Amino acid sequence: MIGRHKHLIGLEPLSREEIVALLQLAVSMKEVLRRPIKKVPTLRGKAVVNLFFEASTRTRTSFETAAKILSADALNWTSSTSSVTKGETLLDTARNIEAMHPDVLVIRHPASGAPQYVAERVGCAVANAGDGAHEHPSQGLLDLFTLAEHFTRVRGKAGVKDVVPDFATIAGKTVTFVGDISHSRVARSDLYGLTKLGARVRFCGPPTMMPLGVETLGATVHHQLREAVEGADAVVMLRIQHERIGDPLIPGTREYSKLWGLNEKKAAEWLTPTCAILHPGPINRGVELSPEVADGPRSVILEQVENGVAVRMAVLYLLAGGAPEQGTSATEGAARP
Amino acid sequence: MNADGIGRALKRMAREIQERARGGELAIVGIRRGGVHLAERLRQELSSSTGQQPLVGTLDIALYRDDLSERASAPVVGPTDIRFPVTGKTVVLVDDVIYTGRTVRAALDELVDFGRPRRVLLAVLVDRGGRELPIAPDVVGVRLEVPEREQVEVQLVEGGAAEDQVIVKPRGKA
Repeated sequence: MIGRHKHLIGLEPLSREEIVALLQLAVSMKEVLRRPIKKVPTLRGKAVVNLFFEASTRTRTSFETAAKILSADALNWTSSTSSVTKGETLLDTARNIEAMHPDVLVIRHPASGAPQYVAERVGCAVANAGDGAHEHPSQGLLDLFTLAEHFTRVRGKAGVKDVVPDFATIAGKTVTFVGDISHSRVARSDLYGLTKLGARVRFCGPPTMMPLGVETLGATVHHQLREAVEGADAVVMLRIQHERIGDPLIPGTREYSKLWGLNEKKAAEWLTPTCAILHPGPINRGVELSPEVADGPRSVILEQVENGVAVRMAVLYLLAGGAPEQGTSATEGAARP
Repeated sequence: MNADGIGRALKRMAREIQERARGGELAIVGIRRGGVHLAERLRQELSSSTGQQPLVGTLDIALYRDDLSERASAPVVGPTDIRFPVTGKTVVLVDDVIYTGRTVRAALDELVDFGRPRRVLLAVLVDRGGRELPIAPDVVGVRLEVPEREQVEVQLVEGGAAEDQVIVKPRGKA
């Protein structure tokens, strides 16, 4: 249970308190990651199944690593090698996997709402690992964690690298998202998370990639990169999906890179000295982000990946921990010493 | 037990720890949350009597509990903070009250994931009996026979109490 919720479908339904409690738990999980023996027996005997209907390296590996560090059994299922290619439906697939008694189903799906649809029809907990253009809550959480770490480090100055993130530092900060906002589930989850924690959000990108009416969710819309990033405390560069290049949304990568990409020169001239750069990955080097910026001192992209494991450990711990609602009685599990 | 009694008990415990740990490098590890402030007090006692500064750390055993699937919701996990290699050290685990012994079992499992201590000692302020596992403390402040329906609470000023005291009261809701 994450606060009142049995599943993690998005950050929109979570309260500020529920988000902060989860992030606080991730601080303890990050300490486990850095131990000489990075394994704890917490979820021994629990099973986590990764159901991925879409390609992924970071998210799937991250959930798998998180499950294994907590001693849960992790099973990976990918649609391309499954009976989905024979025409099995989403629900039939989920029900069949559920019959093997997993405790958590981690689902990525190209259709918005697929994890919610499954969650309403199975008994185990469901974690959304990205659905269509809806939400990617674990990415939103790891971005919040990374931003809080960065803001805490900036506040402390003195070059201390390891800090305990203070999540109150997010309040009042300005975070800019650049790229294809309308297809980005990352931008959506981040928007919900950041506004709940009191930050200001700016969206910037070509007009063809900006959803209509997004201002009503609390973001300001910009069509000039310079105006969007000036004065920002952090900038999140979104990936331009190759499949959208050349179709009417944008004419080509060179023009995109010129207008919306961030390179060393623009970063040096427009960004504040402490502004951090994030990217959910995978990066198109030379398109939205030049290699010098992606690997430069402002970049916290690899920290995002490390924090991703800690955040997903916290998610799995909360979803798989606690007594099962029905089925096996609580006393059955008491046989353990 | 009042503040005076607790102070005397801790002094005696520090002396016993010193005798038992002679020769080895000492590390004091408090078990969250009751053992953390006591570990710090024992460190102060030990450094004022020996002039040496023992290492201090904190363990949170939530991830090592044996009752995760019996509880309604997953327990809160606090930070574990061991910033030194435990291998070869004499580690003193500190808790406020020992009862069933399950917390200590979990703490031992967690401790060995950090390395291989030369020796592990267990120091508790109150031993209330009622063990469910074959675990015994090495250094004890006070032994009390407390029936199951009652609970022992150690209140310290560092934890926000008005004064240091040990009280026995009827068991609360959980």
